[in-house]
Amino acid sequence: MPARIMKWIDHRFPLTNFVKHELTGYPTPRNLSYWWNFGFLAGFVLVLQIATGIFLAMHYKADIALSFDSIQHIMRDVNYGWLLRYMHATGASAFFFVIFVHMARTLYYGSYRAPRELLWWTGQGLLLLLMATAFMGYLLPWGQMSFWGATVITNLFRATPFFGDQVVVWLRGDYTVGDATLTRFFALHYLFPFIICAAVVIHLVALHTVKSSNPSGIDLAAKDNIPFHPYFTAKDLYGLGWFLIIYCIFVFFLPDSLIEPANNIPANPMQTPNHIVPEWYFLPFYAILRSVPDLVGGVLAMGLSVMMFAFMPILDRSRIPGGAHYRPFYRWQFFLFIIDMLVLGYVGYTPPTDSTLLLGQVATLCYFGSFFIIPFVSRMEERWLIKRGLPPAVIELMAGEAAAIERHKQSHEQRKGARL
Amino acid sequence: MNDSGRRNFLIKLTTAFGGVGVAATCVPFIASMDPSTDVLARAETEVELADIPPGGVRTVAWQGKPVFIVHRTPEEIHAAAASDGSIDPQADSKRVQQPEWLVVVGVCTHMGCVPNKEGPGWICHCHGSAYDDSGRVIRGPAPKNLEVPPYRFVAADKIVIGKA
Repeated sequence: MPARIMKWIDHRFPLTNFVKHELTGYPTPRNLSYWWNFGFLAGFVLVLQIATGIFLAMHYKADIALSFDSIQHIMRDVNYGWLLRYMHATGASAFFFVIFVHMARTLYYGSYRAPRELLWWTGQGLLLLLMATAFMGYLLPWGQMSFWGATVITNLFRATPFFGDQVVVWLRGDYTVGDATLTRFFALHYLFPFIICAAVVIHLVALHTVKSSNPSGIDLAAKDNIPFHPYFTAKDLYGLGWFLIIYCIFVFFLPDSLIEPANNIPANPMQTPNHIVPEWYFLPFYAILRSVPDLVGGVLAMGLSVMMFAFMPILDRSRIPGGAHYRPFYRWQFFLFIIDMLVLGYVGYTPPTDSTLLLGQVATLCYFGSFFIIPFVSRMEERWLIKRGLPPAVIELMAGEAAAIERHKQSHEQRKGARL
Repeated sequence: MNDSGRRNFLIKLTTAFGGVGVAATCVPFIASMDPSTDVLARAETEVELADIPPGGVRTVAWQGKPVFIVHRTPEEIHAAAASDGSIDPQADSKRVQQPEWLVVVGVCTHMGCVPNKEGPGWICHCHGSAYDDSGRVIRGPAPKNLEVPPYRFVAADKIVIGKA
């Protein structure tokens, strides 16, 4: 009977075919490490955020007179409301954490290189959507940090040429962040996850066209692919287990560690807290904003700092195959960049003083500098490697791949010959 | 008779007409996000000055924004008139209608935080900008002086903020 049903469906919709080609039988490089788990984890967190978010929205009230209290209502009165809220708040941090690891993996192994540029750029679009969604969601509890975070960020649009002030008023629907702002942020915070879902589909279509990269950084011939199921379903689920352990530690034991204490004070438009900080995942970019002593320059620098990743396929001119694993200079650069991000995060967190200002400016220069020197470093590294000979592992891999491609061509020719 | 030329022209014309229609339809949607009439109705605020003692500061809400009203002492007036500020130079007399009453919008011109009254003038704790007793910026990163809102004296001790 099920076979007959499947046959009936397949006659009308390519269900079996789709599952076979894109899910269970999707060809995946056999050498993927656990660093390749994070794309799946990001998808998992997206589902988690949408699920908890929809149920929270059933109890939340988007009205400046009611919203702060409705959070308390969720925490105290709603059955398991505390759990839903802590899952959602922790989930936002978890989302950025897995996305940052996902991006770091791409940068380390050079997965953004041809033919995966569009895959990387759709991911860049997803990052922007995620940032916008997180930013708007942070206003909803209507605490002091919510209010002043939204005030500072909407104020950035004053940098718009000619009608900056009007743009800010238009975004807020009021002269300050107010009821109109809260209501529209709630509407858009509910909408954006579904736009993210659509963008994820585009991201996956691009992925399934070019297939996954792998730790060697070299495109492997078909012989090195294995079906996604059961090999990578098992590997992803194992990684998910570890993710959930850490996530649950935060949800159940440290839920307030990721919530600024000042956000437990209702928003007060007449009083700014002494020290306002964004959520941890925005700190490096916030530090860059603060490091530039000019409003327009700071806004441009911050915008550019997020967009710099998109230039990677253009900046990295190296013809040396393989990821950072086989590229000594690029590897150093990668780790220095990670350290620079941490320094910027620290600067973004501390109150501005003369010394942290200087540190922030140096770190900002290093941040942009590490992108701008990539073309030169990759050229120099290429010469250096060619002079000393490629690492034996790369030569072996490339020879193996070349032979496999040659064999594939020959068998193709033979089949063609046989047909004639 | 050039039929394909006419067709091309008609396709371009109708496409352009459709495009204009779509753009026009966007107008109400975008305009709906501008401040609504009840928000606009809060555009003016009336303030009694009689109960602010010399040296006192009152913070009132105007368009949802804090406005600082300072009853300045003769010493403060003297200090404010002595300099023109440094980053965004402006004479104190250009910033007040009556020297004993300073009226400024309490929103830091850098990122929109509310500066705190500390010593002479204000300090913004978000990014460390400082303002003097005329609301002029004396330490960055704020680029401009505190804004002077449009206001008028309707009586000796009453002002209306919102219209000059």
